Amino acid sequence: MTATTATTAVDHARTSRRTDAIPLSRVVRVELRKMFDTRSGFWLIASIGITGLIATVATVAFAPDDQLTYYTFAKAVGYPITVILPMVALLAITSEWSQRTGLTTFTYVSRRARVVWAKTLSAVVVAIASMLFAFAAGAVGNVVGSRIAGVPTVWDLSLGHALTIVLGNLVSLSIGTMLGMVLRSSAGGLVMYFVLVLLVPNLSALLATSQHWYKELQPWVDLPYAQSYLFEGMHTGAQWAHVVTSVTLWIVLPGIYGLRRVMRSEVH
Amino acid sequence: MITIDSLTKKYGGNTVVHDITFTARSGRVTGFLGPNGAGKSTSMRMMVGLTTPTEGTATIEGRRFADLPNPGREVGVMLDASAQHAGRTGREILTIAQQIMGLPASRVTEMLGLVSLTADEADRRVGNYSLGMRQRLGIAAALIGDPSVLILDEPANGLDPAGIRWMRDLLRDYADRGGTVLLSSHLLAEVEIIADDIVMIGQGRIVCQGSKAELLQGAGTVVRAADVEVLRQALSTAGIQATASEDGSLRTDADPAQVGRAAYDGGAVLTELRTADSGGLEEMFLELTADTSRDSAPRESNPRKSSTERTAA
Repeated sequence: MTATTATTAVDHARTSRRTDAIPLSRVVRVELRKMFDTRSGFWLIASIGITGLIATVATVAFAPDDQLTYYTFAKAVGYPITVILPMVALLAITSEWSQRTGLTTFTYVSRRARVVWAKTLSAVVVAIASMLFAFAAGAVGNVVGSRIAGVPTVWDLSLGHALTIVLGNLVSLSIGTMLGMVLRSSAGGLVMYFVLVLLVPNLSALLATSQHWYKELQPWVDLPYAQSYLFEGMHTGAQWAHVVTSVTLWIVLPGIYGLRRVMRSEVH
Repeated sequence: MITIDSLTKKYGGNTVVHDITFTARSGRVTGFLGPNGAGKSTSMRMMVGLTTPTEGTATIEGRRFADLPNPGREVGVMLDASAQHAGRTGREILTIAQQIMGLPASRVTEMLGLVSLTADEADRRVGNYSLGMRQRLGIAAALIGDPSVLILDEPANGLDPAGIRWMRDLLRDYADRGGTVLLSSHLLAEVEIIADDIVMIGQGRIVCQGSKAELLQGAGTVVRAADVEVLRQALSTAGIQATASEDGSLRTDADPAQVGRAAYDGGAVLTELRTADSGGLEEMFLELTADTSRDSAPRESNPRKSSTERTAA
């Protein structure tokens, strides 16, 4: 146990060394690695694929023959993505506080907004990869399923619709990013996530049936409601406007607040 | 070099760090000494941008931490060795550091070797590490970017005596090559072993600072003779006041040269003559920290102020 082996021959007497800034691509690569390099992180992301495969098999087994179309498969395989991806995005941020790794992360990259941005981009990378998997698994399921059932193979998903589904999932993902920034706690973040996606839509629906004034307002302020257009196919410009207003209300505004909290909060 | 200028942190009406100013010089190991809750960790967090100061600045080689393009290449930081994801392996934690700093992959193995973590240990999850192993890993992560400044919070915590010795040698070697080391500790003995300069802090204020040699100078001399009565006589003849310790030695405020001269003149056969090391500094440490922990109001007429002024210059 001696320290005689010098780390390198660099002369520390040089007062200041020029080092290049860390490119964003490198931060993204490292953040992506951090999503997979723990058991919990790995299995969380693996669960997207596993539940997707189970969903494919379940569709083949249980869906009525006339519904064995590509859209049915893609929707079934894609559902786990919509649920799990926001958690991936959320935990990537909150773990820096809950696991206290921020104490090192933010001394490697001192601009915290850059770290959060890199985490969001790496979650998007995971999202795109998962959705390509879902579309592929759905295609295989559609071919195999229709053969087994002896019905014609139906390809009823347009490229435009596929793109709005991707967008819908990215909106879901950013709910996780927003909550992660606002709460910076894994436990609190997951609880709030389920409140937002499970409880709030039900309350909104209840309110819409009992209060006339809210029924008009609902599409503009109910995020899951607006998201359902993206998943089921956009038809009108008004629907896009609903998406924009509800995303602003639920994601952009709290996200700005959360980012300020991330920049200012202490890391213990 | 780390330059701390009038750094202050307030939480509401509570001042945790009060107007501290000091410099950790290159080529030196600076010990940041103080009891728990004295403000050491808050000060260190302010130096690396994890906490925003209420007032004052901290610069590293003349630049604010936030302005460093690739901070890991300039400042090695270890604030809490346990602040790691328990599910990552030691090797993975170093690999993350290596990749973000843009270093060759070989640095990971080099660093593991430097801190004596075996390949087998490196592949275990840090949740299973002892505190000592975590400290070693933390040191490895701090050194991986080959920085010119090290900021380490309680690095010797959890190390056994051999480990503390190892750390002293490592940091000594690092400082000898021109590096700047700032390390904190709440244990005087640790700082005495490792540091060249000492900055003592209590209740968020610097209570004394200077080189270890300077601070020890005022601590006096311990002397022991074959015949303690002859020695006592010799010292009193020379006009040196001495007090007897329980172990039969005499302790005095005079420096060793004066005591040796007096003993020689008085014909006393000395069996031991040395600077009173930990005793004096420890007394000061306890006194100063007790002082500030009893009384949080500003004390301009602090009797120790003279030593602060002497060394602050």
